[in-house]
Amino acid sequence: MKERTYEKYFRQNRLPHIWCPGCGNGIAMKAIVQAVEMRGLPRDKTIIVSGIGCSSRASGYMDFDTLHTAHGRAIPFATGIKLANPELNVIVITGDGDCTAIGGNHFIHGARRNIDLTVVLFNNTIYGMTGGQASPMTPLHKKATTAPYGSVDRPFDACNLAQAAGASYVARSTAFHVQHMTDMIAEGISCRGFAFIETVVQCPTAYGRKNKMPDPAEMMKWMRDNAVMKTAWDRMPEEKKADKFPIGVFHRHQAVEYTEAYSEVITLAQEGGK
Amino acid sequence: MTDMKLMQGNEACAAGAVAAGVRFFGGYPITPSTEIAETMAKILPSVGGCFVQMEDEIGGMGVVLGASLAGKKVLTATSGPGFSLKQELIGYAACAEIPVVIVNVQRVGPSTGQPTSPAQGDVMQARWGTHGDHPMIALSPWTVRETFDAAVMAVNYAERFRTPVILLMDEIVGHLRENVQLPAAENIDIYPRRCPSKTRLQGYEPYAPEADLVPNPADFGTGYRIHVTGLVHDYTGFPSGSPAVTEEFIDRLHKKILLAQDEITHYDEFFMDDAEYAVVSYGGVARTAYEAVRQARAKGIKAGMIRLMTIWPFADKVIRRNAESLKGILVPELNYGQLKYEVERAAGGKCPVKLLAKYNTEIFVPGEILEGIEALKGGRL
Repeated sequence: MKERTYEKYFRQNRLPHIWCPGCGNGIAMKAIVQAVEMRGLPRDKTIIVSGIGCSSRASGYMDFDTLHTAHGRAIPFATGIKLANPELNVIVITGDGDCTAIGGNHFIHGARRNIDLTVVLFNNTIYGMTGGQASPMTPLHKKATTAPYGSVDRPFDACNLAQAAGASYVARSTAFHVQHMTDMIAEGISCRGFAFIETVVQCPTAYGRKNKMPDPAEMMKWMRDNAVMKTAWDRMPEEKKADKFPIGVFHRHQAVEYTEAYSEVITLAQEGGK
Repeated sequence: MTDMKLMQGNEACAAGAVAAGVRFFGGYPITPSTEIAETMAKILPSVGGCFVQMEDEIGGMGVVLGASLAGKKVLTATSGPGFSLKQELIGYAACAEIPVVIVNVQRVGPSTGQPTSPAQGDVMQARWGTHGDHPMIALSPWTVRETFDAAVMAVNYAERFRTPVILLMDEIVGHLRENVQLPAAENIDIYPRRCPSKTRLQGYEPYAPEADLVPNPADFGTGYRIHVTGLVHDYTGFPSGSPAVTEEFIDRLHKKILLAQDEITHYDEFFMDDAEYAVVSYGGVARTAYEAVRQARAKGIKAGMIRLMTIWPFADKVIRRNAESLKGILVPELNYGQLKYEVERAAGGKCPVKLLAKYNTEIFVPGEILEGIEALKGGRL
């Protein structure tokens, strides 16, 4: 059996975590530390920043400098950390509500600036911490406590949003595809610029039970059966795409990274240039 | 001292902040504070610092808190509507004990109000704007020169007490231009951020208070692997649901400021030795009040003036001591009445406290405050 070397990245005295049995957040959290290990990031120069919600409790369990910010605000805090000290590796953990609702403006502007952050969105398509309200990523016609007849709000595709806003790297994976998820995050860490990884995680408690899928294993089988690798997705006829969704790397474009751009401003200012 | 130069209040604020060691500014443009951002955008990169214009006021607040945690001295600047938007994260800074200075160049409200006109309507918001129990330090300068000093002081207090400090300016002083002579760099006292007093192996706890009740959380990236949260936390920095921990935490936040209250209460007294009537004033209004008190003296009225620079925590002792020997206090404010009620509370019934309120976008002229002093003396207020 492979040695669980990634365990050193957890604060053992803070565990067990607060997530419900069957929750997918732990899988995504583990994938992040495995990606950190794969990339050999120095632990004391790696900062984990999170917002508010179930996903964002992950920072407390991870043995780095960690910052549990206010709802929606992880990206501005992370931007400040990275700009203040560009040698730090900054990883943001956020959720679908945190990132695309209350933090939506920061999300697109972080991507626009192309600041070197790795943003991992745990997408459980629901507000879990507050008991199951609809988020901007709740699929159409799915139920939530605030959408008791099914949601009529069209959901965001956060990957499209990140790409359109200027991110350097955009990928998606799921809690079923653990190794793939780890690879997607690791590649995001390697990218110098705004890297965005959406990872689909199951929330059996607040989402599954409301939508005829209360069994976590069933939710993961749904991911297995409906996630389609990007290359296959591109060849897939439109009529077969219905309930399916693509995973993999959607976008790679190395544009100028923000802290590097700002270091040129410093040089210009110090030369007295205009 | 440096050469005399003509300077705007907002420029003096930026210059003071940089002199105090601020190397990071994040914010969003808003009248009448914008010159602070513009000045920072120009100066900061030339001293190796960083300026970032964020997508909104909340982002402007978040980015400076992140930079502060990574070791920089930080500033953001705004006005009424932006100050409202920043409130949640001002509370975050109070809770997580992150040094930060927020400049609010007050304008007429509520809402968009009168963006280019002066007011002092945010006095209570500066104290209570964010939710929950928290202490607050707010300084209100009355001259361009003092704006420089107040900015230095605000940065030092933010670092020393690890708390948000509000530099509560107003449009009068922010947009005023005066000849100023700034102190030479070697004559400016700077409070360096404290470092952890223990190593991890020695049992370092980031939120364990020192003797002054202020903790020393390590800067990010220095190897301490601390956790920072806006949840109530114990000395380890991790969340706690305990009533005892919560009570001690809220208590300590307040006491760390109260312990130093006398030291951080800055004020001037003018003509107070034999005064029978006093004007209590602050910010740009104090400039007019000073002239009015001089004119009152010329007319034989025993008038004096107390000019408060420290607005919060409120100068209870100063007001109480003076109220004992006064026949009346007049509080002119560019609002519907805010600090007047604090003055009245502090005076404790020792003398009547009367409000002279103005809220029509115009500043006071000396004659209006002089009339107020005469009316106070004649019992007509």
